[in-house]
Amino acid sequence: MTVSTRTAATKTAADLAQREGATVELLNVVKDYAGHRALTGVNLSMAPGEFISLLGPSGCGKTTVLRALSGLETITEGRILIDGSDVAQVPVNKRDIGMVFQAYSLFPHLTVQQNVEFGLRMRKVDAASRRTRAQDALDMVGLGHLGERYAHQLSGGQQQRVALARALVTRPRVLLLDEPLSALDAKVRVQLRDEIRRIQTDLGITTLFVTHDQEEALAVSDRVAVMREGNIEQVGTPEDLYTQPATSFVATFVGLSNPVAAELAGETVTAFGMSLPLLGTGPRDGAVTAYIRPEDITLSSAESATGIPATVVVSSFLGSLRRTQVRLDDGTLLFVQHDVRVRPLTGDRVMLELAGRPVAVSVRE
Amino acid sequence: MTRSNATAELIDPAAVATTTPTPGPLRLSRARFAAEPTKATRRIILTVVGVVFIVPILAMVEFSLRVGQPVNNVQAYGFTHYLAIFDPANNQAYSNLFQGIGNSLGICAITVAIVLVLLLPTMIFVELKFPKLRRVLEFICIIPVTIPSIVLVVGFVPVYSIVAQIFGSYPWTMAFAVGIIVLPYAYRPIAANLAAVEVVVLSEAGRSLGAGWGSVLMRVILPNLRRGILASCFITIAVVLGEYTIASFLSQNTFQTALLLVQHTDPYVAVIFAVLALVFAFVLLLLIGRLGSLRPGGTRLTRRSA
Amino acid sequence: MTVATPLASATTSGAGRPSRRRSVVWLGLVPFAAYVLLFLAIPAVLAVGSGFFDNTGNVTLANLAAFANPQILQHFWNSIWISAVTAVIGAIIGALVCFALLGTKSDSFLRTTVDSASSVLAQFGGIMLAFAFIATIGAQGIITKWLVSIGLVQNVFNNFDSKGVLLYQVVGLLIPYLYFQVPLMVITFMPAMEGLKSTWAEANATLGGTRATFWWRIGMPILAPAFFGSLILLFANSFSSYATAAALISSQAVITPLDIKQQLTSETVVGVSNTAGVLALGMVIVMIVLMTGYSALQRRASRWQR
Repeated sequence: MTVSTRTAATKTAADLAQREGATVELLNVVKDYAGHRALTGVNLSMAPGEFISLLGPSGCGKTTVLRALSGLETITEGRILIDGSDVAQVPVNKRDIGMVFQAYSLFPHLTVQQNVEFGLRMRKVDAASRRTRAQDALDMVGLGHLGERYAHQLSGGQQQRVALARALVTRPRVLLLDEPLSALDAKVRVQLRDEIRRIQTDLGITTLFVTHDQEEALAVSDRVAVMREGNIEQVGTPEDLYTQPATSFVATFVGLSNPVAAELAGETVTAFGMSLPLLGTGPRDGAVTAYIRPEDITLSSAESATGIPATVVVSSFLGSLRRTQVRLDDGTLLFVQHDVRVRPLTGDRVMLELAGRPVAVSVRE
Repeated sequence: MTRSNATAELIDPAAVATTTPTPGPLRLSRARFAAEPTKATRRIILTVVGVVFIVPILAMVEFSLRVGQPVNNVQAYGFTHYLAIFDPANNQAYSNLFQGIGNSLGICAITVAIVLVLLLPTMIFVELKFPKLRRVLEFICIIPVTIPSIVLVVGFVPVYSIVAQIFGSYPWTMAFAVGIIVLPYAYRPIAANLAAVEVVVLSEAGRSLGAGWGSVLMRVILPNLRRGILASCFITIAVVLGEYTIASFLSQNTFQTALLLVQHTDPYVAVIFAVLALVFAFVLLLLIGRLGSLRPGGTRLTRRSA
Repeated sequence: MTVATPLASATTSGAGRPSRRRSVVWLGLVPFAAYVLLFLAIPAVLAVGSGFFDNTGNVTLANLAAFANPQILQHFWNSIWISAVTAVIGAIIGALVCFALLGTKSDSFLRTTVDSASSVLAQFGGIMLAFAFIATIGAQGIITKWLVSIGLVQNVFNNFDSKGVLLYQVVGLLIPYLYFQVPLMVITFMPAMEGLKSTWAEANATLGGTRATFWWRIGMPILAPAFFGSLILLFANSFSSYATAAALISSQAVITPLDIKQQLTSETVVGVSNTAGVLALGMVIVMIVLMTGYSALQRRASRWQR
C-alpha cells in the first residue's frame, strides 16, 4: 500500500482509489452456534470491485456471512479467501476490511474528524497525513465541514456517512455493510444508497451489502444473493433474479408475484386455460405453481371471451402506476399492476388477460 | 469497474436442505476483540471479591455458634445461643429486643402505607395531570440523599417535640420521618415502571373507550404498576428495618437500636438477629430482582433472535 | 435495580386541558405537599438554620466559631479523608467487579445475586455491618484469633499503633466503610458499564484496534464521567454515614456525624450554642457541592448513551 503525500484540494474519490478491488471467495462455509446451524455450506465468489447484496428474511444467516467475512465471527467449517489467501485464522483487526454497522458505531466521545482518523491512528499514520486523508474522506461523503461535530449532533444519515468515511479512509481491500440504511428514514435511505453505490464504483472496492429490503438490493447491486435458512438460494443480477427466479422462495421474495395453480407439460405451462412458455428449466411435468408478475396481467372492463372474470377488491394509487387487488370467481386473490388512468372501484367486475410472458414454476405441494 | 456477466445460477430447489442437520463440532476460538473479560479474568475477580465479602457474614455465623470459651485453644460449637432465644427464662433479658422488633414492624406498616397512600397516588397524578411537575417531584425525592438523615435529625428533634404533643411519643409516629428517608428508594421503582408503561397513552385509550377515571385507575393503571409498587414496598421494608439514625436521636426503641443495646449484654443474640435481618433483606431484594424479569403470564423474557 | 440512578423519562406529556378544572385538580397534590413540607422542608430548614440562632433566639453568626474549634476541625478532616480514601478504593474495586460482570445476562442467577447482595450491603447494613466486623477483626474476631493462633499474638487487628483494637480507631473505620462502598459502586456504575455498546468494540476491531486500544482510547474515556460521578456518590455516602461509626466508636466523637450526636445530647463542649446546627450546615454545604458535581457528570455521561 502506497502512502501518499497530498495537497489539500483534492476531493474526488478517484484520487483515493489506489488499488484494485480484492477477490473474495467463500467456500462451503458452515457456522454452528450451540444447538443450531446458522450457515449450512455457503459458497460465494466476488470479483474485484463487485457490489454484491445479501438479501433475505430475518434469521436467514446473511449477517452471519458478513460477520464471518469480517472476522467478528469464527466459522466452524469451510474457507474464506481474500485475494487467494485463507483468512479464517486472521483476527479481525488484521484483516484489512472496512465495516459499516447498522447504527451506534461512531465513538461518541470523539469528534467526527477523530472518528474518521481512528483507523489511520491504529495503522500508525503520522498526524499530518491522518488529518488530510480524513478530511478527504469526509469531503468524499459530503461532510467536509462537519469535522468538529460530535456524533450526537448529527442526523442518522450524517452519522452513517461518517461511518462510511471512517471505514473507507484506510483503503481496505473489502467493504462490508451490515444493513447500514435500515435505521434511517425512507427518503434518506434512497439518497444514501445511491451515494454509497457511487462512491463504491469510483473506488472500485469489492463490497458486500446485507439488507432485508429487496428493492434496495435490486437498485444498487451488481449481483444479488438471496439467502434462506442458512444458505444461498440464488445468485444473479437483479434482472435475472426478477425475471428468472430459480425457486418459489426467490420468486415470491423478489418483487411481487401471484402464485397460481397450473400444469406443466414439457416447455408449456397451462394456467387459466392459457398456454404460457416456461421460464428457464422446470421440474418434472405435472401439477405446478406458476408465478405471474402483476405487470404481466392486464385489466379491462370490456367483455371478452378469453378473459378471466374477476371482482375488484381494492385499488391503490402508487404515483406512477396503480396496483389493484382482484378476486376471481373461485376466490383466488391476484394483484394486477397497470396504468394510472384506469381507475377501478371496489366491487367493479373486470376482465383479466395474461400477457403471455414466460413464467417460472415450482412443484406444487 | 468490472461488471460480472455471470448468468443466473439456478439452484435445484430439491437440493436445498429442508431439514437442519445436526451441528458439527464447535471451533472454540474465543473472539479477542470484545469488551468483555475472558472467562478466567471474570472468575478470578469475582471469586476473590466474593470470598472477601462473604467472610464477615461467615464470621458472624461462626461467632453465633460459639459455645463458651476455648478450652486448650479448641473452640466448642453448638446451637446454645439460638435455643436461648426461645428459652422463656430469657424473656426478660430479650424483652427489649422483641419490643424493638415489634415497633419496627409497626413502623414498617405505616411507612408502607405512606408510600402507597401518599407517594404512589401523587406520582400517578403528576404523571397524568401535571407532567411538567415530574422533575420537581423527582427533585423532592432526591433531596433526602443530599440532606442525609444525620442532618435531618437535627431538625426532626424540635419537630417531634410538637408531634409528641399531638400524637404522643409512640414509636409509630417515627414513620413520618422514616417515610421521608425512604422517598429516594421508593420513588425509583415506581418511576421506572411508570416510564416503561406509558401511563398517559393507556389512560387516554381507556377514556376513549368510555372508562371513567376510577375504572382507568383500578383496571388499567394499577394492574400495570404491580411490579413497581411491589418493589417499592419491599425496599421500604428493608430500609425501615435497617434504619438506626432517626430512632437513636428520637430515643425510640426499634430493631436496630435494640440490637445495639442488647449487644452489650448478649453479643450472641445480637449477631444472630443481625444475620437473620441481613438474610431477610437479601431475600426480599432477590424477589424484587426475580419479579423484574417476569412478564405477566409467567414467561421469562427471552432474547429475540435477529 | 434498587438505587438512585437518574432516569431518562421518555413519556409523552399529558394532553392540555382547559384550566377551568385545574384549580380543583391542584388539590390532589396537597396531601403529599403538606407531608413534605412538615417533615422534610421544615426539619431541613431547622437543621441548617439553627446554627444561626443563639440560645435566646436572636440571629447571630457567632456560632460559626464552632468551626474554629480544633477538635471539630479534626473530626471534619477525619470525615473527609476517610470518605476520600474509601471512595477511591471502593470505586476502583467496584469498577473491577463491574468489568468482571460485563457480558453476563442481567437476569442470570449470578447477576441477581450480586445485585441483591450489593443493595443490602450498600444501603441497609449500618449497625449490622459493625457487628460483622467485630466478629471478623474485632478483639475476639475470627481472623484476629486465627492470627494469634499462628503466632502473631500482637497483630495489626488487635493492637494497631499501640492503641488497641484497630476496629475501634478512626483508621479502623476504613474497612467496614469499604464493605458498603464497593457494593454501592457496583450498583451505581454497572448501568454505565452495560451502556458500552458492542458496536464500539466491533468498530474498534475492524479499524485495526486491539483490546488494549479499545479500553485505552474508547472504553475508559467514555466511562470516565460515569466513573467519577459514582466516585463522588461514594464520597457523599461515606461522608453522611452514621450508624456504623456509632456502633463501633461510642465513647468519643471522631467524625462529624458523631460530633452532631454528641452536640445534640450533651451540649457545649465547644462553647457556642446550636453547634449541631452549625455542623449540619457544614455537612449540607459539602453535600450540595458534591451532588452538583455528580449531576453535572451524569448529564455528560447520559449524553453519550444516546
